[in-house]
Amino acid sequence: MADTSLARRIATDGDGFELHAEDRQAMLTERAHYEQPQAACIEALKIVQRRHGWVPDGAIVAIAETLGVGAGDVEGVATFYSLIFRQPVGRHVILLCDSSSCFLTGYEALSEALRERLGIGYGQTTEDGRFTLLPVCCLGACDRGPAMMINDDTFGPIAAEDLDELLEAYP
Amino acid sequence: MSAIPDTSRLRYHCQLRQSADERRAETHPLTWRLRDDGTCIQLDEYRDKQGYEAALRTLEQRSPDDVISAMKEANVRGRGGGGFSAGLKWSLTQVGDHLPRGYLVCNADEMEPGTFKDRLLLEQQPHLLIEGMIIAGYANRSCYGYIFLRGEYKEAARSLAQAIEEAQQAGLLGRNIAGSGFDFDIALHTGAGRYICGEETALINSLEGKRANPRAKPPFPGQAGAWGKPTVVNNVETLCNAPGVMQHGVDWYQGLSGGLSNDGGTKLYGVSGLVNRPGLWELPIGTPGREILDRAGGMRDGHTLKAWLPGGGSTGFLLPEHLDLPLDFDTIGQYGSRLGTGLLAVVSDRQSIVSLLRNLEQFFARESCGWCTPCRDGLPWTAKLLQALERGEGKPEYIDILEQHTLGLNPPRTFCAHAPGAMMPLESGLRHFRPELEAGIAQASMEGVS
Ligand SMILES: Cc1cc2nc3c(=O)[nH]c(=O)nc-3n(C[C@H](O)[C@H](O)[C@H](O)COP(=O)(O)O)c2cc1C
Ligand code: SF4
Ligand code: FES
Repeated sequence: MADTSLARRIATDGDGFELHAEDRQAMLTERAHYEQPQAACIEALKIVQRRHGWVPDGAIVAIAETLGVGAGDVEGVATFYSLIFRQPVGRHVILLCDSSSCFLTGYEALSEALRERLGIGYGQTTEDGRFTLLPVCCLGACDRGPAMMINDDTFGPIAAEDLDELLEAYP
Repeated sequence: MSAIPDTSRLRYHCQLRQSADERRAETHPLTWRLRDDGTCIQLDEYRDKQGYEAALRTLEQRSPDDVISAMKEANVRGRGGGGFSAGLKWSLTQVGDHLPRGYLVCNADEMEPGTFKDRLLLEQQPHLLIEGMIIAGYANRSCYGYIFLRGEYKEAARSLAQAIEEAQQAGLLGRNIAGSGFDFDIALHTGAGRYICGEETALINSLEGKRANPRAKPPFPGQAGAWGKPTVVNNVETLCNAPGVMQHGVDWYQGLSGGLSNDGGTKLYGVSGLVNRPGLWELPIGTPGREILDRAGGMRDGHTLKAWLPGGGSTGFLLPEHLDLPLDFDTIGQYGSRLGTGLLAVVSDRQSIVSLLRNLEQFFARESCGWCTPCRDGLPWTAKLLQALERGEGKPEYIDILEQHTLGLNPPRTFCAHAPGAMMPLESGLRHFRPELEAGIAQASMEGVS
């Protein structure tokens, strides 16, 4: 039977991932904040993601080696958390809140308008690689719903008519 | 090339709906220092406004056990939704000096649908939280504190990182704080999504860099938590209550609720939904829903109040007739709901309860950590049945199946409080709005039944 384990896949295919020296240092600094090195792995994944936009296979192994933990553990964590991306995403990531208070204030109409405007569904990226659309838990902006984030910026309330202008700001 | 549009008018700004002249140190301990412009209070200003006086005096004059007694007597109840006595939780770390010094973890994972209160404290007044954590860390003999902040709270991360650094430089964190002999420091830990991280044992797993599955209790985190050490997990708002208790005393804290409630202190209450002025207020705990709804300007034109969730998606629906109840933990618990986070979500008469329940159960189904089967499989099932009812394609037995889930998804069948929380709106929805759910049963299937 073919060995399809992650480590094997990377050893044979080698996706050519190289950890940036600065990022390696940042991971080691993080590691010092905790009793055990594994605690730094979520931050390490985010460090990779900040530079590359997502987390390629090779990064899993690089993080495991840097922190001295198992690659399987890092992968287990990477696939659990919704804000760690194991596939390439667009230049800008849109997180649309689909929780109850936004639902009460117009989420469904906004969601439909946004998907139509982008021509994609949740979990997809526009063909030009500009936007990825994802649902997100209550953003803690419920007093101004429906709310959404684009990259690090939080917006609300957003009406369908605001979308053109809003998206224009993220070329 | 066209210019990039200015989107600042669309940006979200967290803002308290009470202006500075309405807020006093003696009556608004959580918010009196906040600026009307909503910008973050830096160390100098915080100290000018009596900041860190409570923590420093506590380290100098009180013993850890003293602090725990004060928190118990004041009856500070957990503001993360459970209402558990903070003093009682802290007393778990008291059992014997043979225990190693452990950790204090602030739960800043705020993701409960409809909840936007911790954000205010984190973004605009991080030093109050740090001061509360110093007091809590001292009482629990913790060696280190973590603030577990949800990853999406970018502005809060900036405020907190800066405040931690300011406090470290001023000797308020680190070795031998202000010459007291107490060593305590804080690190900011940011998450990467998933609602379940807010459950305190899942949060500890996540802090340790693992998948956020909850842990079995006992042992309770206060006995064996992060890396097996005694660990106290408290909500942001809970910790922000500690400086006031230590500064002004137990009687003052008890008196804050002004006879409205047996609970002490104030509460950040809020309203979301189709009201005229949604927002946040610091009010005596036990303030009735009606007063809060009035502050929110009442329902928008053309809408009447049909139901409300008192404190997040995992609390049960209340009706307009419940608006005069004091909003505190014990009272709301007697009406088939929970105070939860105390942020009201109001439901208009024009909103289908079936659709709202479907939205809620889809949320809880997606956010199940997948550890135990009743939750992992049961929640998607309820969402599916509700979806069918919403479309008028339900079958008569769907109502019974939904009901069985509300009865069955409880410990020990479920491993944590996620699934029971998910069942609260459904159970109360069935209790209050059964005909509306039954209306989703397809006519054709009704004919077969008779
Ligand atoms: C599924 C689930 C999610 C939770 N999310 C949060 C949260 O985001 N923030 C929070 O403070 N407590 C949350 N809690 C409650 C915590 O488990 C815990 O009770 C709380 O942090 C204790 O702090 P407190 O006693 O100060 O309220 C959650 C509980 C459950 C079951
Ligand atoms: S009840 Fe749900 S969230 Fe809690 S442990 Fe079980 S599967 Fe996970
Ligand atoms: S429900 Fe959307 S921000 Fe809270």
